[in-house]
Amino acid sequence: MKRSAVLWLAIGVFGLVLVPWYLPPSGFASPAAWSGWPGGMLGSALGLGLTGSRPWLLPLVMPFALAALPLLDRGRRIDAGMLLVVAGISGLLWLFTQGFAIDHKGWGWSWLGAVLGNPAPKQGGMGYGAFMVALSFLMLLTHGLAARGYCRGDAFTCSAIGLVLALIALFVFFPITRILISAFQSNDGEWAPAEFLAKFLDRSIWGLDCFTSSLRCGVAWNTLILAVLVGVGTTALGLAFALIATRTNFRAKGLLRALTVLPIITPPFVIGLAIILLFGRTGAVTGVLADLFDIPRTRWIYGLPGVFLAQMLAFTPIAFLVLIGVVQGISPSLEEASQTLRAKSWTTFATISLPLMRPGLANAFLLGFVESMADFGNPLVLGGNFEVLSTKIFFAVVGAANDQGRAAVLSIVLLAFTLGAFWAQHRWLGRASYTTVTGKGDSGIPLPLPRRVAWACYLTAIPWAILTIGIYVTILMGGFVKSMGRDYTPTLEHVLTGFRIEQSQWGLLFSGSAWNSFWTTLQVSAIAAPITALIGLLTAFLLARQNFSGRRLFEFVTMLSFAIPGTVVGVSYILAFNVPPVELTGTGLILIICFVFRNMPVGVRSGIATLSQIDKSLDEASFTLGARTGTTMRRVIMPLLRPAIVASLVYAFVRAMTAVSAVIFLVSAEYNMATAYIVGRVEAGEFGLAIAYSSVLIAIMLLAIGAIQLLVGERKLGRRAAAPAPVAAN
Amino acid sequence: MTLRPLAPRCLAALLALAGMVICAPARSQGSVVVYCSALAEWCELMRREFERKSGQAVTMTVKSAGETLAQIRAEKDNPRADVWWAGGAEQYLQAAELGLTDAYTSASMAGLHPWARKLHEISKGHAVGIYAGTLGIVWNSEQLAKRRLPEPRCWADLAKPEYRNEVQMAHAATSGTSYAFLATLVQLMGEEPAFAYLKRLHASMNQYPRSGAAPMRNVAQGESTLAVTWMFAAVAEAQAGFPVKTIAPCEGTGFEIGAMALIKGGKSPQAARQWYDFVLSAEAQATGARAKSYQIPSNMAAPLPPNTPRLEEVKLIDYDFARYGQSAVRTALIKRWETEIAAQAK
Repeated sequence: MKRSAVLWLAIGVFGLVLVPWYLPPSGFASPAAWSGWPGGMLGSALGLGLTGSRPWLLPLVMPFALAALPLLDRGRRIDAGMLLVVAGISGLLWLFTQGFAIDHKGWGWSWLGAVLGNPAPKQGGMGYGAFMVALSFLMLLTHGLAARGYCRGDAFTCSAIGLVLALIALFVFFPITRILISAFQSNDGEWAPAEFLAKFLDRSIWGLDCFTSSLRCGVAWNTLILAVLVGVGTTALGLAFALIATRTNFRAKGLLRALTVLPIITPPFVIGLAIILLFGRTGAVTGVLADLFDIPRTRWIYGLPGVFLAQMLAFTPIAFLVLIGVVQGISPSLEEASQTLRAKSWTTFATISLPLMRPGLANAFLLGFVESMADFGNPLVLGGNFEVLSTKIFFAVVGAANDQGRAAVLSIVLLAFTLGAFWAQHRWLGRASYTTVTGKGDSGIPLPLPRRVAWACYLTAIPWAILTIGIYVTILMGGFVKSMGRDYTPTLEHVLTGFRIEQSQWGLLFSGSAWNSFWTTLQVSAIAAPITALIGLLTAFLLARQNFSGRRLFEFVTMLSFAIPGTVVGVSYILAFNVPPVELTGTGLILIICFVFRNMPVGVRSGIATLSQIDKSLDEASFTLGARTGTTMRRVIMPLLRPAIVASLVYAFVRAMTAVSAVIFLVSAEYNMATAYIVGRVEAGEFGLAIAYSSVLIAIMLLAIGAIQLLVGERKLGRRAAAPAPVAAN
Repeated sequence: MTLRPLAPRCLAALLALAGMVICAPARSQGSVVVYCSALAEWCELMRREFERKSGQAVTMTVKSAGETLAQIRAEKDNPRADVWWAGGAEQYLQAAELGLTDAYTSASMAGLHPWARKLHEISKGHAVGIYAGTLGIVWNSEQLAKRRLPEPRCWADLAKPEYRNEVQMAHAATSGTSYAFLATLVQLMGEEPAFAYLKRLHASMNQYPRSGAAPMRNVAQGESTLAVTWMFAAVAEAQAGFPVKTIAPCEGTGFEIGAMALIKGGKSPQAARQWYDFVLSAEAQATGARAKSYQIPSNMAAPLPPNTPRLEEVKLIDYDFARYGQSAVRTALIKRWETEIAAQAK
């Protein structure tokens, strides 16, 4: 038996015998909780089983015994792989069966009462002991499968796949299935599949009235049109910025990079508010235009134009982050070869560079598309009468007619769109090879942009930059003047209301109203970001480098969590994790988990985009020298993945800090998040405090991004920078 | 930049993370959990007063009534909170219908206005009234003057052609305010005349924002000239320095009652009852005005906020909470409004 399998067996036994099985309601600190250990409230599974209070935990010993048999067998006659597989499966099955069968009120399934009688036993939510035992079973299962020959016998790959699959099954599939089932139920909980079709084909979702009359179109079409526009727009703009940043001698490159990052770190409502303050009916720019040019003041910003503008501002940075790694990775030698064959620079660009950027473009489009579909804050503020699926779902849950079935149906529509986009992207990318980062050094000089392309880039990027600067000046002013739009006297009162620090007899007292949510948000985001990046990049590695059956399905499954709207995630997490076996609501952990699985796909997509440029010969060289998969990943792939690591860390951190719709239902009294607090302020009309708080968050996120880039560093590809040559003749 | 080894940097990051986790201030564990649906300032103030008076710790979340109801519904198998405080009575009646609340009659009931006690009866003891607010027309006086529009006096005025695209009301499916408006019109005029009026009013509406607080905010900012919303909200905006005015329409208008209820299955029922009794007392109800929430308190001994229109001064209809609080009536009315009015062309 392999050493790592023995290690996991030891961990599992340790968890079974010594570690508390349940989560104590009063925490681990109180000495009363530890009384009676190894039995009692904090007893381990073995202790509880042997003392008779929880006898159903005892059968968990058997899979471990089974898995330990090969250790006793020195003659290697027993098929260790098969034993491990059986042990793992049976252990996991029993663990979850007993978890669902017996919950805090008695029997989880009513027919058990008829069979086994009442009164029913009770148990609470699973804790650290259960977690260690479950992990151990999973690892034993995957080691057994590897021993049987799956994944070409590579235990690391098998375990990684198993871990990611298990986590996704527990934290994505389980909650989502619970809520999607309600699409097939009537509002009373009765099974009503026929109603599903009626709800699905409803006119309010699919109507095409806007083309024939002045009525509104169905919400599905609205969302689709907006998402396609935003996807195309952000990809084009992101590409423009990426090309300017890497391939020109534009002097203010640093500023440009900073500008593209700013919108990604802005809390959701703030951009919408700033746009209203500038372009709304009483906005500053509208006023100037009305006074100077007699253009009438209208409410044009409320609806598709406003939401489109806000989403473009907000999502271009993501496209930029994905594309810049890809643009840098294109092998200049290929372009030089093309030029040597006398192709003009435009031809080179169009036939060599652009096609090589395909994975980046496709992934950027996909991200922009899905982000637009999932966006909640901007349509809420600027949508007007233009409805999109995400807000409609939120109001189906929260509105007057609390209709969970309808919310579920709308979520299915949203999911269908996202998956359709994913499939389309797959078809476009095809099976071509995009490898450009190889083991051979590349001393080519990158092609300077053809003049047409350079001017196109400048003409799109510069006005965009000016718009972004205008928005942020407005935001900065909004937090530090008395009342934006009326009274422009500078003041610190908004900042102080939120962030006052007083000197009291016990030391520093953080008396501002915003400190509580601030610390929580910072902690949760800082913990969630590295976990997200790790799982995302691990998954990207598995998908891009390993070949196993069901790989396409696995890839689709990882994208799923991204596609699910935040409201649905929030409500489904409450439904799934409010009761045992996995009882997480009201803790900080549920927030962390929600963020990890919602933001993981960006790590996956940017990891895949970057990995598809790295030649497999580098891996092979490492294997030839005797390294196993884990070592190869750690020492060869990871350093080359730096842009993807930065992208996923930054994105995960920032999205955790600025998430709204999922968080609304998951915040509790002890764990309030900054965005929920800001939403409350905006609803109360206290724009000054909301904007001031957002400015503080933006400052923190800028610091964090700087820190992450310093920490991870840039990769050295052995390329020469673009020579300061005159722009190539066309 | 040279390639520095990752390991020391990862270590540094981990240490920083650990430091942040350890150094953040600890949170206190509350002994009663309250879901608050009022404005954050009032929630905070009420919490501090209760903690000061009773010595019990309170943990509180602040969410709108709709979100809170959705949360209580989702948590019904394992309730996390003990009391739900503030928010429109319709939501509380819905919660009582769904079996999510417990009945309780406090000793402080005797000192409440009749309308608050009536809600208690209608809901069979599940909910009690804690404040009232009247519905009215609000407008931005600067914008009105700029557009040279007359001040409205009656509901009928809003449907006049000069107010085309100048009025705003929240979407009735997501806002208790607008639902109260619908129910008021139906009770004033009868259902068919009310819908005929609403059809004409549709031409005056520029938008139906989903958020219930948005119309007031937009009027204060000047993004919309007029709106249909609670009169006490206009009082608060005027105090904050915005040029808003409000009036109770001549035909008569409706009102809302804010409510409170004990959540069934809460983990601290004793402390929850203490909170309940405290909130109904005169001194607790006086905190509203201090927190810039100018509704009319339900305790007769509590001081009235100075600028809020009194219920006696305004021509009120006898709003039938029992009928219009029922889920079936509510859903039907909103659905009719959505299909016949909101989805129509102008």
